[in-house]
Amino acid sequence: MNWLIAILQTALFVAMAPLLAGWLKWCKCRLQNRKAPSLLQPYRDLLKLTHKQPVVSKQASWLFIATPYIVFSATVLAATVVPLIAVDLPTSASADVIVMVGFFAFARFFLALAGLDMGTAFGGMGSSREMTISSLAEPAMLMAVFTLTMTASTTNLSGAIAHVINEGMVLRPSFVFALPALLLVAIAETGRIPVDNPATHLELTMIHEAMILEYSGRHLALIEWASQLKLMLYGVLIANIFFPWGIAETFSAEALGYGLLAITGKLALLAIVLAIAETLFAKMRLFRVQEYLSFAYLLGLLGMLSHIILEAAR
Amino acid sequence: MILLSAYCAVLLSFASGLLALMMNQRQIMLAMSQYSINKFFSGNVKCRNWVNKSLEEQHYPAFLRQAVFVLLGFSGLFAVIAGLAVLISNSVITDQIALGLPWLPWHIRFDALSGFFFLIIGIAVCAVSLYGPGYVSSYKEKEHPFASLGLFTGLFVAGMLLVLLADDAFMFMIAWELMSVASYFLVAFQHENPANRRAAFLYLLMAEVGALSIILGFGVLASFSDGFTFDALRESKLSVTWASIAFVLALLGFGMKAGIVPVHIWLPEAHPAAPSHISALMSGVMLKVALYGLIRFSFDLLGDIHWQWGVALLALGTLSALGGILYAMMQPNLKRLLAYSSVENIGIIFMVLGLAMIFMANGHPQLAALGFLAALLHAFNHALFKNLLFLGAGILQHQTHELNIDMMGGLIKKMPQTSLLFLVGCMSISSLPLFNGFVSEWLAFQTALQVDVLENGVLRSLIPVAAAALALTSALAAACFVKVFGLIFLGQSRSENSENAHETGHKGMLAGPALLAGLCFFIGIFPNAIIQLINTVSGQLLGQTLPNDSALDWLWLAPVSPEQASYSAPLVLIGALIAAGICYWYLRRNPLTVIRKAETWDCGFGGLTPRMQYTSSAFTMPLRRIFARVWIVDEQINKDMQGAMNLDVAAVHYKLQIEDHSWPLFYHPIARGVNKLAKQVGRIQTGNIRTYLSYSFATLLLLLWVIS
Repeated sequence: MNWLIAILQTALFVAMAPLLAGWLKWCKCRLQNRKAPSLLQPYRDLLKLTHKQPVVSKQASWLFIATPYIVFSATVLAATVVPLIAVDLPTSASADVIVMVGFFAFARFFLALAGLDMGTAFGGMGSSREMTISSLAEPAMLMAVFTLTMTASTTNLSGAIAHVINEGMVLRPSFVFALPALLLVAIAETGRIPVDNPATHLELTMIHEAMILEYSGRHLALIEWASQLKLMLYGVLIANIFFPWGIAETFSAEALGYGLLAITGKLALLAIVLAIAETLFAKMRLFRVQEYLSFAYLLGLLGMLSHIILEAAR
Repeated sequence: MILLSAYCAVLLSFASGLLALMMNQRQIMLAMSQYSINKFFSGNVKCRNWVNKSLEEQHYPAFLRQAVFVLLGFSGLFAVIAGLAVLISNSVITDQIALGLPWLPWHIRFDALSGFFFLIIGIAVCAVSLYGPGYVSSYKEKEHPFASLGLFTGLFVAGMLLVLLADDAFMFMIAWELMSVASYFLVAFQHENPANRRAAFLYLLMAEVGALSIILGFGVLASFSDGFTFDALRESKLSVTWASIAFVLALLGFGMKAGIVPVHIWLPEAHPAAPSHISALMSGVMLKVALYGLIRFSFDLLGDIHWQWGVALLALGTLSALGGILYAMMQPNLKRLLAYSSVENIGIIFMVLGLAMIFMANGHPQLAALGFLAALLHAFNHALFKNLLFLGAGILQHQTHELNIDMMGGLIKKMPQTSLLFLVGCMSISSLPLFNGFVSEWLAFQTALQVDVLENGVLRSLIPVAAAALALTSALAAACFVKVFGLIFLGQSRSENSENAHETGHKGMLAGPALLAGLCFFIGIFPNAIIQLINTVSGQLLGQTLPNDSALDWLWLAPVSPEQASYSAPLVLIGALIAAGICYWYLRRNPLTVIRKAETWDCGFGGLTPRMQYTSSAFTMPLRRIFARVWIVDEQINKDMQGAMNLDVAAVHYKLQIEDHSWPLFYHPIARGVNKLAKQVGRIQTGNIRTYLSYSFATLLLLLWVIS
């Protein structure tokens, strides 16, 4: 029963990811006085791509074709770890938050290799930049995550979220710092403005898009879906760690439904915040990103220190 | 029985070295084999024919090489057997051998810690001896005699094994020197290149300074005890100051061998100079022997651990980890890059060991056992994947005659098996889930996160910062090895050599790395197999095993408690296979969407050339800019101008040189100081015989006065 719910939750995760991307696009369009596409547009795009014939370069090796499957399944695995509508699911015990970061690293490793596979300048550029940004983002991310895991004294996400619920509404100074730190990292990791622009195809500015330039058809669909999933993962992570209320603690239908409703509302709100931020800010220069990420790291560090000094003091 | 197989391992490695000496003595071998056949197998014609055939002039060198490596392989096998046996039986075996001076027999002790490192060495030696015959066959006998290579390889392995068996300071130092000096000759093997001679000299110099420091460390201990056996040294009661002095001396000595920043500089020079299978042994295994020395010295002999030592290890480890990987990134030479990456991994091991010390000193032996476990597991893993990568680098050098990453490319199609093995190595070292590097790193993070139990507020806030540095290190390592694999195996060939490369024809050269790659994956999925063994080590050494033995079944890895953290690699693997399988099946079911092959998108201009690809320095350029202060970067762009006004650019010359900060910071001042001192001493050497006679006379007078 528990396993069934866990699998269903993962399926729901995978299924909802394009919807979140559509909603985000819709919000952005409305904010920028443009006519918005339907919320279902990402689904249609994915479906269209899966029916197209993929074109692969003659230069490509097996790695290029295997990468989309690897990236997608690593991201799905990461999704099994993060509690979406219910905590205490059996899948969350098989991997903790550090393993989740490892899954992302796994996907990124192959994506960067695929970028280098063609031997074009674009792919190399994308891989180089992606690896640079991610290596700066990882310490900041773990700093923020450590604050949480030390508060809950577990690295199991489900356990940590349950801990935060049980403690009730407490204002933790450490979380005040960790939340913006994780937000900044999430923006960098998912390639949103101001770090990367998912809508651009200008050679000098693109990062993620440069790596996947050679992909088409079902391969592109998998990669697109994986990046939508990653966006949603970060969204759920932020929503459920810092505002866990509403998530189901028992597996009754009522609690689960309530949990689904809660997470939908939280994600919708978060997407609006992101859309506003993306509308207000412009993409920054590549060599400003390290300042941005070190600021995130600093926030994470402050969160950690305030946890150690203020909350865990003895 | 266990000890017997350990002795067998040592003796066999000696024997392989001695056998190699017979390379130029075919006649003696012939005579000896005739004699022994006549004596023992006189009726066996088959045997006689086989021996005669293999001792023929043209078969002899290949046969002997094979035989030497077979002996070495058996030595490795026996080491593995001995190590596993002592770990599983959880025993401590002591013995004495009447070697050395008459009143100083060699004391032997074979316990779980030695056994664990025996296991590491054994696996590495097995892989190397599978790999070796193919690799050394390319050496020309005249320029690079196999006799010296084989002899010193045997002595080197024997030295390492003896270090692990030693139970008194004398034997320890003799074995240690055997290991150091034998490996010096291996580094100097290709001595026709001046850079290699310089590297070898630097290595010898630092090895001897390190050895001196270790001797002094033992000396401090010995002055508080009666004798040089480890049993006596264990009993010695030292004050905190003297214990700390001994610890610092040992740290300097063993750290020099292990390659801790800032005493790492011999490592990137010496490892590329040696033949690849030797660099694999040096980087994968010899550094671990240094680690063994430090663990033996501090946890076993000194006994009472002070938390300040842990902090020192943690700080040095963090420095080495970050410095190692940042320097590794910038190296275009593959073996140099791997050597710097060894600095990084040793740094990680030291960090975790430091954590273990801190927890131990603060009275949390369970957490200390956890840190200890992470450190030893990482040492084991590093031996596996670094060996694998060095052997892979050897294959690449063998097939393309290149070590410069910028000269390779596109090899995944030409060398499919090598590329797959190398990929496993890269994924393990980048600590990706499902591979062994991840498990030890995960345990390291788990150890660091237990910091809440400490009383000291400064430590509690410093350790998470070190953990974040560890995260940065592993992310940078991933970037570094994406670069390595991407530039070597993917893209288009950058040089003629790599264009014409093909897969190695020698089965053994692939079998050695394949063994290691298989182990990397196996440990990644079932880490508990090895963790159980390490538990024995920490049980013997720290008197404490992991807290929750029941959580350590084959499926789950839950080092502290299942509520706090758990990781199940088999489940993750199954999940990944299911997810990938479903989408593969779903997406491939439509027959209309078969893959179409086409030219790479070139923006419509046509003609992508290999020169348009990203190079090593281009790939790391963003990081070079961000961490600019870490290196001494000398970047020059010169343009050749032509045309009427000298405004047209005819050619652009780009030069990039990256230097280590530790040279001008530490070593150049020391070298200058030594030179200055030598000049001062030179003043009394006038070259005048009368002055020298008066020196002797004065000395004589002084001595007479002293003894009277």
